[in-house]
Amino acid sequence: MQYISPTTVDEAVHALSSATGACRILAGGTDLLVQMRAGMKRPDTLLDIKRIDALHQITAEDGGWRIGAAVSGAEMGEHAALVSDWPGVVEAVNLIGSTQIQGRATMAGNLCNASPAADSVPALVAANAVARVVGPHGQRDVAVLDIPSGPGKTTLEPGEFVASTYLPARGARSADAYLRFIPRTEMDIAVVGAAVSLTLDADGICTAARVALGAVAPKVLLVEAAARALIGSRLDAPALDALAEACSAAAKPIADKRGTVEFRTQVAGVLARRATLIAQTRAGGPA
Amino acid sequence: MALDNKTDAGKRQFKIVGTRPLRPDGVDKVTGRARFGADMSAPGMLVGAVLRSPHPHAQIRSIDTTRARALPGVHAVVTRADFPTVDDAAIADILDNCMAGDKALYDGHAVAAVAAASGAVARHALELIAVDYAPLPFVTDVDAAMKPDAPALHPSRADETVPPGLSANVMARHQFGHGDIEAGLAAADRVLERSYRTEATHQGYIEPHACLASVGPDGKADLWCCTQGQYMVRNTCAAILGMEQGSLRVTPSEIGGGFGGKTTVFLEPVALLLSKKAGRPVKMVMSRDEVFRASGPTASTSIDVRIGMTKDGRITAGFAELRYQGGAYPGSPVDMGSMSAFAPYDLEHVKTIGWDVVTNRPKQAAYRAPGAPMAAFAVESAIDELARGFGLDPLEVRLKNAAREGTRASYGPTFPAIGLEATLRAAKDHPHWSAPLGPNQGRGVACGFWFNFGGDTCVSLNITPDGTVTVSEGNPDIGGSRASMSMMAAEELGIPYEKVRTIIADTGSLGQNDVTDGSRVTFAVGLATIEAARAAKREMCKRAAQVWGIDADAVIWEDGAVRPVSPNAGKHPPMTLAEIAAIASNTGGPIAGHCEVNAEGAGVSFGTHIADTEVDPETGAVKILRYTVLQDAGKAVHPDYVEGQFQGGAVQGIGWALNEEYIYGDDGRLQNAGFLDYRIPVASDLPMIDTVILEIPNPGHPYGVRGVGETPIVPPLAAVANAVSHATGVRLTHLPISPPRLLAAIRAK
Amino acid sequence: MSAIHVTTTINNDATEFLCAPDETLLDVLRDRLGLTGSKEGCGSGDCGACSVMLDGRLVCACLVLGAEAEGRTVATIEGMAVGETLHPLQRKFLEHAALQCGICTPGFLIAAKALLERHPDPTEEEARYWLAGNLCRCTGYDKIIRAVLDAAAEMREAG
Repeated sequence: MQYISPTTVDEAVHALSSATGACRILAGGTDLLVQMRAGMKRPDTLLDIKRIDALHQITAEDGGWRIGAAVSGAEMGEHAALVSDWPGVVEAVNLIGSTQIQGRATMAGNLCNASPAADSVPALVAANAVARVVGPHGQRDVAVLDIPSGPGKTTLEPGEFVASTYLPARGARSADAYLRFIPRTEMDIAVVGAAVSLTLDADGICTAARVALGAVAPKVLLVEAAARALIGSRLDAPALDALAEACSAAAKPIADKRGTVEFRTQVAGVLARRATLIAQTRAGGPA
Repeated sequence: MALDNKTDAGKRQFKIVGTRPLRPDGVDKVTGRARFGADMSAPGMLVGAVLRSPHPHAQIRSIDTTRARALPGVHAVVTRADFPTVDDAAIADILDNCMAGDKALYDGHAVAAVAAASGAVARHALELIAVDYAPLPFVTDVDAAMKPDAPALHPSRADETVPPGLSANVMARHQFGHGDIEAGLAAADRVLERSYRTEATHQGYIEPHACLASVGPDGKADLWCCTQGQYMVRNTCAAILGMEQGSLRVTPSEIGGGFGGKTTVFLEPVALLLSKKAGRPVKMVMSRDEVFRASGPTASTSIDVRIGMTKDGRITAGFAELRYQGGAYPGSPVDMGSMSAFAPYDLEHVKTIGWDVVTNRPKQAAYRAPGAPMAAFAVESAIDELARGFGLDPLEVRLKNAAREGTRASYGPTFPAIGLEATLRAAKDHPHWSAPLGPNQGRGVACGFWFNFGGDTCVSLNITPDGTVTVSEGNPDIGGSRASMSMMAAEELGIPYEKVRTIIADTGSLGQNDVTDGSRVTFAVGLATIEAARAAKREMCKRAAQVWGIDADAVIWEDGAVRPVSPNAGKHPPMTLAEIAAIASNTGGPIAGHCEVNAEGAGVSFGTHIADTEVDPETGAVKILRYTVLQDAGKAVHPDYVEGQFQGGAVQGIGWALNEEYIYGDDGRLQNAGFLDYRIPVASDLPMIDTVILEIPNPGHPYGVRGVGETPIVPPLAAVANAVSHATGVRLTHLPISPPRLLAAIRAK
Repeated sequence: MSAIHVTTTINNDATEFLCAPDETLLDVLRDRLGLTGSKEGCGSGDCGACSVMLDGRLVCACLVLGAEAEGRTVATIEGMAVGETLHPLQRKFLEHAALQCGICTPGFLIAAKALLERHPDPTEEEARYWLAGNLCRCTGYDKIIRAVLDAAAEMREAG
């Protein structure tokens, strides 16, 4: 096995496409090193992207934010302007693991690890975030929704990796929120995750919404019926009931050591409702 | 000579015992200097690793180690064929658990081991070992294992207590009690019959098992390891490997938690054999995955209870049938569960039956009050349900039925002075018991009991020439016991605490000591330390009398010095310990005291816990809002560490109640062998844990000390379950009360 | 698999070592450099016993490769006391009896120091959440949290 740590994106792309055998991108490493230790992954090459300065940046771009693939969760949490625009995305990233994990784990790594229970992914999907993928044939922008294809699998082509993630501009009276259910208060994998991003008009009527669920299907779910339940409403009880019902209906979970089908189905709606109310408050309240 | 012994424990005024000095090993532990099991190394050391069965139950047809042996850097490979044959059944089970014989009996069962120049080579070598398994039907659930047609782990091993016709997995039957259950139940206004289940939990010590073995060509061996008992390790390894006990010296490292889980051996005999074959020291350290799959855990249980109560809260009879699976070998703690189930109550009619059952799981190891928390969960839940059903205060009901001095215990003996009633009264008077509760909040109370042990104990106390004192004891310090021993020695000798240094001896330096278990150390080693100090005082009295030229009977030890007993003995200024020590060489030689004893008189211990919980009715999440432990400590030698035992035990019990469980898949394999999904409580899950120390002296100890370490894990399972029931109106009879289970129950209400 | 030569700074000492590409910083510290104060409780970032500071950031040494330490600074428990003087957190852990077995203690101390550097006046809840990645099985956390809050108060007074 070899370890390489290029200092530019071009070098990294070249190294990745010319590597013989299995090459894995090492960002925070909080999933990869655990999988290697357990014998689940046995790369021939580890390509550490943390020496690439460009991937360490959080940059304002067209009113939105571009977040480099090597930016840690802790760095995102310390970026006041980013937190102000996308509190739900940042809180989702900051829920991953402990303080120690936050010092290492990256949002791009969370995305590319492609766990159905990844905390940041529902929030990114609700935010309509776009991943910038680089590879031997140049770069392409891909909706985050389309990156994971199933548990542990992505749509990235050989030689490609995610270099950054773009969060679009945030309009007035817009906000997002993410909630997950875990049995403890920390240190667990989401049993269910729910993210809501919405915009209110001056009267408190929801004009736009995206609702996404985690850990209730092989990959993140964008629940359009749930968003429809909110749009045009004042986020009152009937709208929230319809949202919860749509989320529970969309959930197609499995039963495993972390939760039952019934539990995940039920709680998906509960969390979506609660996340909506948090986002509503953040967006400036009912009116 | 008179020794100022003041054995009237209840009235003695202490100078040092009961204070809170800094622990002597503390600086090493806050600076990283303390050496734990995996911190040991030796010149020329190899690294050992274990190959483990992926099957829950399989015949081992053959093991081919040829390719592993041929790998450069591999120095030794062992399988069961390399171990001697052992006749003693108990030792043979331990050996079989350390290295499988004809069959792998659980997922994680060791089947081969290697020693190599590095960990990487060792792990590679394991992949080159070819094991031909023939998978067998398996069973991991206790009730399923008791069915007559269940897959049998050990045909024909049941003992004579088991009636014919039962599953071969039933290893033993235990029965305790007195009176006439049916007559007692007939006198009740209500008889509650309930079945309860608890899942297996792991001790969860943060330090994985680790050892370093070095065996010379002359057969003399040294072993360093993290253990609760170096003498147990020595004796067990010697028996397994056919060595003489005197030729194996075991030195305990600092121990990073045990809770009972380090009272047996796993790696140690394997490391010794690898070292012998390789001719080099061999270090072995378990991964966390191995710790979960192949060490610990405790039993999972299925318990039926029948309790009768009158409408004014008098328990007329108590019956429980307890089924504990103890993993792949006989010896689940169902006997102690059966003995302790009703121990807090004064019952005319009581009976318990316990069934010891084997399953395809790792062999259970002791876990803090082994067997008792599950039994207490069942009985304390049932009593709570009856009390609430009659509209009675559950604390008053417990007071009404509480065991007291003179009560005939449910397991046989008659209790001497005990502290249960004191803890109940203190609970009733505690502001926690009457504090208001909000919506979705509930309060639960439960009692717990533990026997406490004494056992074989040696202490050697040496007076140095400058008058400082060293104490050698044979029990690893698992939570502050060096401090307690130094305090008791200083108290007895009348010298400052700082003048005493307590060390943990290797097996070559003291006689046999039982393991650090049964909450025995502060009691038994403390007793031996006090006796050793008294022996030294007797010698110092002799020396002073000799210097003064008077009879030894004419001197007295008082306030850390020898004095003439009366003016008739002559006018001599007192001689302090330091003054006597300074002239020891000229008065007969070095001065020491020692004590070797099988300590009896460990007083039983009772506690009462109060838990407040808040339940999220939409998700089934349970939050612990407030928690109070009230327990009898006899005499708290170092109250900080007594409180620490109360708090730590309570939190382990809270984890057991809410989230901790061994989860097995349909394939018979453990699904959650890591701290991510085996969920021990984290700091943000908990409030401060309030403690109240009661001191009802134990007449069996010179200072009145009772063990305190185990009782605190007994009440929390029921205290939390009772609080959840109070908060939600639904009663969960299956632990843990994980959110999916609780939400399903709430929605079914 | 050839070894990688790494030049780094550990507890203010310039340090060089060789390590395998897949070798963790924790293994390097413990097995190659003799710094056994950082403990391995799980090897998967779930227990915090191997907490160290890497370029001023709290991390689990078991989730960092040794090779990644090149040119960076590492702080471990062995560097926490200055000469004979314990850090206030170390002293408060002793005074509050915030350790029983002591295996989790180095990790807690490193993590708590990182907390107080960023949040000199944490609430009990903030301290509990910051330290949620450090498992302790002995104490129930009560005395640990008290020690951290008391050290914070003392350090604030000392300015």
